Amino acid sequence: MQRHFDTELSKLKSTLIKMGSIVEQSIEKSIYALLSQNTELASAVINDDTKINSLEIEIDNTIVDLLALQQPVASDLRFILAAVKINSDLERIGDHAVNIAQSVLNLKKHEQISSSMWETLPVANEVKRITHITKRMLTDALNSFIHFDANLGESVLLVDDVVDMLNLQIITELIGLMKNNGALIDQSLELIRVSRNLERVADLATNIAEDVIFIAKAKNIKHHSAE
Amino acid sequence: MEQTTTKISTSQLNLYYGEKHAIKDISLTIQSNKVTALIGPSGCGKSTFLRSLNRMNDLIDNVRITGTVTIDDVNIYDMNIDVVELRKKVGMIFQKSNPFPKSIYENVAYGPRINGIKEKIMLDEIVEKSLHQAALWDEVKDELHKSGLALSGGQQQRLCIARALAVNPDVLLMDEPASALDPISTTKIEELMYDLKQHYTIVIVTHNMQQAARVSDCTAFFYMGELIEYDATKTIFTMPKKKQTEDYITGRFG
Repeated sequence: MQRHFDTELSKLKSTLIKMGSIVEQSIEKSIYALLSQNTELASAVINDDTKINSLEIEIDNTIVDLLALQQPVASDLRFILAAVKINSDLERIGDHAVNIAQSVLNLKKHEQISSSMWETLPVANEVKRITHITKRMLTDALNSFIHFDANLGESVLLVDDVVDMLNLQIITELIGLMKNNGALIDQSLELIRVSRNLERVADLATNIAEDVIFIAKAKNIKHHSAE
Repeated sequence: MEQTTTKISTSQLNLYYGEKHAIKDISLTIQSNKVTALIGPSGCGKSTFLRSLNRMNDLIDNVRITGTVTIDDVNIYDMNIDVVELRKKVGMIFQKSNPFPKSIYENVAYGPRINGIKEKIMLDEIVEKSLHQAALWDEVKDELHKSGLALSGGQQQRLCIARALAVNPDVLLMDEPASALDPISTTKIEELMYDLKQHYTIVIVTHNMQQAARVSDCTAFFYMGELIEYDATKTIFTMPKKKQTEDYITGRFG
């Protein structure tokens, strides 16, 4: 039997997917802005955040109504509970995109890194790698949500350690750089900030993937609790 | 804001059963093409209020009513109101399904027939349309001449809804329409209300608060004959303004 509740659930899912795609774009733009020193793009990311924030509130309100009025159970309940968390995770990812964009503006303001400097920076490759992997994790996490694909979700979880390692490596190298050259302190700190924000985005993508597994398999695998 | 129009409006409606003041000074407006739920503990006056909307209380001795009930801006308690016409326009579905001991077809065709429709082809059309609207057609289309009483409880209730729809009403009053039904039949009736409100105005009395939450657009909370709070169902169930409402819907009552 088709329930009109199903229509409301798919509307909620569509709104979350819409929010996910805006957030994904913000992350992509902020990364592109970083790698290409594009301050215009960085400013656009900062402006887009209000869109993300108002979607978060809209989704929150929808969820409150669905919980209060429809008394969801089983897979409906799991979906709505996951939606609560995914909503707030996406909003946080949006904030991290803003932080990265802000760092791009800071770096530019002080002419701290010119395009050519990227090539000579010892951590340039690691930064590129962490942006690449994080972007991929976010995309996969969102796709796993779109299709409720637990296998794709599980593949996201496996990559998180790589991002943690890269982040640590970037921070260690930048600390070394600062010790050797005081003139590089400002930009090094800015890049540390970027790296930590990306590492958090990867964590949040992991959370989304875990929520998808919770929806699809009714299994809570947070903190390895299913092992 | 969504466009809404008023279908029913009561003003300072009071009803007395002898000495007992059963509903007190109720003024509220019910919107067209919405489901409005009346909730409250037993004896709060919600069913009495519902029955006053098509003058079903007239049938009880010793009832006195003051105030007005207007439907489409006409006071239904005016002297010159034809009560039969009124009840055609404002149909009623009861808790216990009560099909006539006749065939499925005759149950639905009965109303239109006494209203003067004789052509079989027209009656056939009304029967099919009404059964469709009541989401029963697919289940009974091959056995229209079977007795209505042979249907399951949920099907009987939908047959009663089809019977009410056959006389082309504007408003459907439902008094605990699903409380005697199993969960699947209940869901069917609830989904049906959602579809029917596109064409009708529905007022439902229910003891089941979750049902009120699921099916209705507006909710009125009655207590001891008084209207305590009336608002959008979303508001009533997420941020009621009165403490009594909050206590009732959260089960902290008494």
